[in-house]
Amino acid sequence: MQLEIHAFQAAYARCLDDEKLEAWPDFFLADAVYRVTTVDNHRRGLQAGLIWANSQAMLRDRISALREANIYERHAYRHILGLPLVEQDGAGATRAETPFMVARIMRDGTTDLFATGRYLDVFARDEAGALKLRERVVVCDSSRIDTLLAIPL
Amino acid sequence: MPLDTAWPEGTVHQVPYWVFQRAEVLAREQETIFRGACWHYLCLEAEVPNAGDYRTTQLGELPVVVARDAEGVVHAFENRCAHRGALIALEDGGNTKDFTCVYHAWRYDMAGNLKGVAFRNGIAGKGGMPKDFKLEDNCPRKLRVAMFCGLVFGTLSDATPELETYLGPEITTRIRRVLNGRTPEVLGRFTQALPNNWKLYTENVRDSYHASLLHLFFTTFEVNRLTQKGGLIVSESGGNHVSWSAIEEGAASTEYAQQQIRSDSDYRLADPSLLHGFQEFGDSCTLQILSVFPTFVLQQIQNCIAVRQVVPRAVDRTDLHWTYLGFAEDTPEQRIMRLKQCNLVGAAGFVSMEDGCVGGFVQRGSAGAADQQAVLRMGGHDALSSDTRATEASVRGFWKAWRAATGL
Repeated sequence: MQLEIHAFQAAYARCLDDEKLEAWPDFFLADAVYRVTTVDNHRRGLQAGLIWANSQAMLRDRISALREANIYERHAYRHILGLPLVEQDGAGATRAETPFMVARIMRDGTTDLFATGRYLDVFARDEAGALKLRERVVVCDSSRIDTLLAIPL
Repeated sequence: MPLDTAWPEGTVHQVPYWVFQRAEVLAREQETIFRGACWHYLCLEAEVPNAGDYRTTQLGELPVVVARDAEGVVHAFENRCAHRGALIALEDGGNTKDFTCVYHAWRYDMAGNLKGVAFRNGIAGKGGMPKDFKLEDNCPRKLRVAMFCGLVFGTLSDATPELETYLGPEITTRIRRVLNGRTPEVLGRFTQALPNNWKLYTENVRDSYHASLLHLFFTTFEVNRLTQKGGLIVSESGGNHVSWSAIEEGAASTEYAQQQIRSDSDYRLADPSLLHGFQEFGDSCTLQILSVFPTFVLQQIQNCIAVRQVVPRAVDRTDLHWTYLGFAEDTPEQRIMRLKQCNLVGAAGFVSMEDGCVGGFVQRGSAGAADQQAVLRMGGHDALSSDTRATEASVRGFWKAWRAATGL
């Protein structure tokens, strides 16, 4: 399981960094939760997110909005992931906590450290037995987002 | 310092780009607007509900503490120790019985009154403050505080009119529409760092012309089209505004297609539940963007309620603080809908994402054009209310209030 989760995280990061955004929702179950928040909100138990989704279809809408509707300057990410800490919780669910750093590369070459944080994940298997995310809460360390958050973390 | 400014007096339909570029303009704004005769949003009353609660915030560059005392009175004072100028409170907020400066342990009460000076009488009879030193002569500057519908405002100036006069009847009515009679709860706080002068954002908020052209998400789902029923209210001062739109059943329009504007597509959502809001206000108004000069915004987009506070950090850098709101009266289903609709706004907002970058496009686009001018002639030359949003009247209104405040 540990190794399988390592491979999952690596594939997730490559999917976003290679801009294969249409494949990104496939890492999630149909009724998955995906939220992007900050340490400050997370610690206080505040529920709102920069992104807040409770279905895979909402994640697909994120991507089609990015492709079809939203305006932003062309850019790409590079995710550097730390080692996942994998645990079974009392209810038998597999949880993982994985630290990340994301660099943002703008079209003019400007490269910034865009975000650091951790993924708080709950994993499960779909009907075909494939490992998927039941929940991913992206907890950013900083309360500030530079300019905008278009491509998901 | 006299400024070399070329801008015909009274003109608000043309705006020279130097106003977004010069350090001395920002210095003038700090003095005449942020420390001048304007009301500034500080926080929500709900963020300091109990005795001893406090929040820290900014009036432009001026750091401020907002605190509730044991009697329940909300105070605001400069976050600057009267001794050597260090910050008194270092956290975003919390609960305390008093404030002690970390530098030399000068101690203040919840109203900013100096209550204690370490070693005031010296040690073993030596040193200490002179006999004529009085605690009450040494305080950080105190702000006047006024509250309206749970919003806490502050001003350093005695010349600022009463808050409700400053807001005006159109604005107070529409703040009440959103907030009155309910108990706000903070759902989340986020800061968006904008790569532009603060006024490019406050203009953007008041710019009802751009909404359906830049923000395709809105237009496609008919959340907002200029051809919808809607209007624009500009306060007498020019500085405050309300832009609203309402659903009108069966009002199909071909005007967007005729203009060949990017805002017309057949894009559809896989999970449209985001758009299935609930009736909250007893009217058909799906969008109400309200601003108060200089830097406060109250937003209702369907059931997504937020306050926004604009804080300049440098000539070309601005912090935009978002506070998403729900109400204690929300049902669990209503709360979920608010969280869902928060996807529309903020740094990752389907609708407002573009506002994070478009100010930077202007800042960069106009970099070599200090003596050139932006054109604000949509809907005429004045700053009056109108029943169309195809106008830049409220942007002109902002400049009317800005010119009056800064004397530029």
